[in-house]
Amino acid sequence: MAHSKHTTKWLISGPPLLYLLIFFAIPSLIMAFAAFRFPGDYGGLMPLVSTSDAGASTWLINQNNWREFLTLENFLRFVEDKVYVELFIKSFWYAGLTTLVCLVMAYPLAWLIARSARKTRDLLVLLVILPFWSNFLIRVYAWMIILGPQSYFSSTLNKVLAVFGIEPVSLLFSQFAVIVGLVYVHLPFMVLPLYANLEKHDMTLLDAAQDLGANAWQRFWKVTWPLSLPGVWAGVALVFIPALGMFAIPDLLGGTNSMMVGNLIKQQFLDSRDWPFGSVLSIMLTLTVLLLAAIASWAGSRHKKKGKK
Amino acid sequence: MKPVARWVWGVALAVYAFLYLPLAIVVLFSFNDSNLNAEWVGFTLKWYVMLFQDRAMLEAATDTLLIGLVTCACSTVLGTMAGYAMYKWRLRLLPALVLTPIAIPEILMGVSLLIFFVMLDMTLGLVSITLSHIAFCIGFVAIVVRSRLQGMDESLVEAARDLGATPFMAFRQVTLPLIMPGIIAGALMAFTLSIDDFVISFFTAGVGSNTLPLEIYSRVKVPMKLNPEVNAVSTLLMMLTLSLILIVSKIAPNAFRSE
Repeated sequence: MAHSKHTTKWLISGPPLLYLLIFFAIPSLIMAFAAFRFPGDYGGLMPLVSTSDAGASTWLINQNNWREFLTLENFLRFVEDKVYVELFIKSFWYAGLTTLVCLVMAYPLAWLIARSARKTRDLLVLLVILPFWSNFLIRVYAWMIILGPQSYFSSTLNKVLAVFGIEPVSLLFSQFAVIVGLVYVHLPFMVLPLYANLEKHDMTLLDAAQDLGANAWQRFWKVTWPLSLPGVWAGVALVFIPALGMFAIPDLLGGTNSMMVGNLIKQQFLDSRDWPFGSVLSIMLTLTVLLLAAIASWAGSRHKKKGKK
Repeated sequence: MKPVARWVWGVALAVYAFLYLPLAIVVLFSFNDSNLNAEWVGFTLKWYVMLFQDRAMLEAATDTLLIGLVTCACSTVLGTMAGYAMYKWRLRLLPALVLTPIAIPEILMGVSLLIFFVMLDMTLGLVSITLSHIAFCIGFVAIVVRSRLQGMDESLVEAARDLGATPFMAFRQVTLPLIMPGIIAGALMAFTLSIDDFVISFFTAGVGSNTLPLEIYSRVKVPMKLNPEVNAVSTLLMMLTLSLILIVSKIAPNAFRSE
């Protein structure tokens, strides 16, 4: 009996486990390993195995010559050339600004949804989620139209600027456009966890605070905000992490000076075809993301515990 | 309870406008009789007519649907198994493997799969895209199915077992029908994610094959050639996703609730 139970467990969890090992875990490990290799003569990776015309393959790498195949050079390049670290910092800045703008926009909305009648609530939530389910590229493309030089928005803005004697500005292909695009795509990820948290608040606490003489700002800052911190942290993680690794938005909406880490990774893999260095960048991004996720979940759980006391 | 302050309403309305105006503009311009996405000239359906004569677009659409259907079928089966296993047993490796692809930026999965397929000497194309899509869809299906299982009354299964059902019969006749809405919601989600995916397809597609998002990308990448056909195909794609999502929210209203 115990034996058959064990078999069932493996029969059910085995296939998805195997699939994800092959198509997620192993490729990730291969990429991590690729960071220590040399680029090939025609891009990609320098081969470790040679295949003869007959199809027989032999290992080129062995105990004595492994130094010719494995290197730390790619990591050194990342640390030594400050361009790359600066690019990481700039991506942090973009993702951070995006997160902040999302938070400011999402909080009042989440608050409103949480305070609405149950029936309207579901509808309001659905309205937040719906645009998220339309194609990601279409949403970015929409902003290419709006911020484009001939659009109503750009021409009106430039007319207003002209009144004040300011030179016309080009909105598309700028850092501004990148931030707008990043905010637009990630906003629902901030609204939903905030709403999920605010919905559970005990509203009598606010009445009590009011009875004790707290004004609207004090009620928010001393009661609602501290209680909502787990939701805030969840939202911050859900926005910051994907925003950090984004490449399509800077690619389509940004100019030459608004590159992010994702664009550099894409460039290394598809344009200059330096896979080892691309892998180093990817590893750095992965480590950053894991670190941030750990910090966010730690911060969130800390507040949760505090809230329960 | 005090009513919500008026400025909160104002901000909320502005945020909704921010969310919907851009999409509305794309839909509107798909009916605009002008080559430029600048101002309204007059109503036309010619972009839709052009779209249905555009071979590259039609091929990309067929490939996208094919990839979406295969991804949907495979990831629903594997994702349901994963969700059930995660609910039933305390596992370590499986939850980590199921959840990480969702948590990390998509580009990381894209590039590692690119290295992997090239190493295996696989021609990049429909097969490599599909295999990659399945890998990232399993997690979404698993999460939806698991949350459905968590909301299920376990005593129903116990009752079936007490009445002499084998574990398999209890699963077939009690558990499965009960979690079916979750499975269908997961399947539609996987299909939607697959037909919408850009980043992972971008890295695993190679030169010969194109999906709709990739085709749209290559056309909007050169802004001078912005062509309103893209508006038309975007509108149609939006309608498709919208109807799928409305179906999901009817079948499983809680499918998208954050846990």
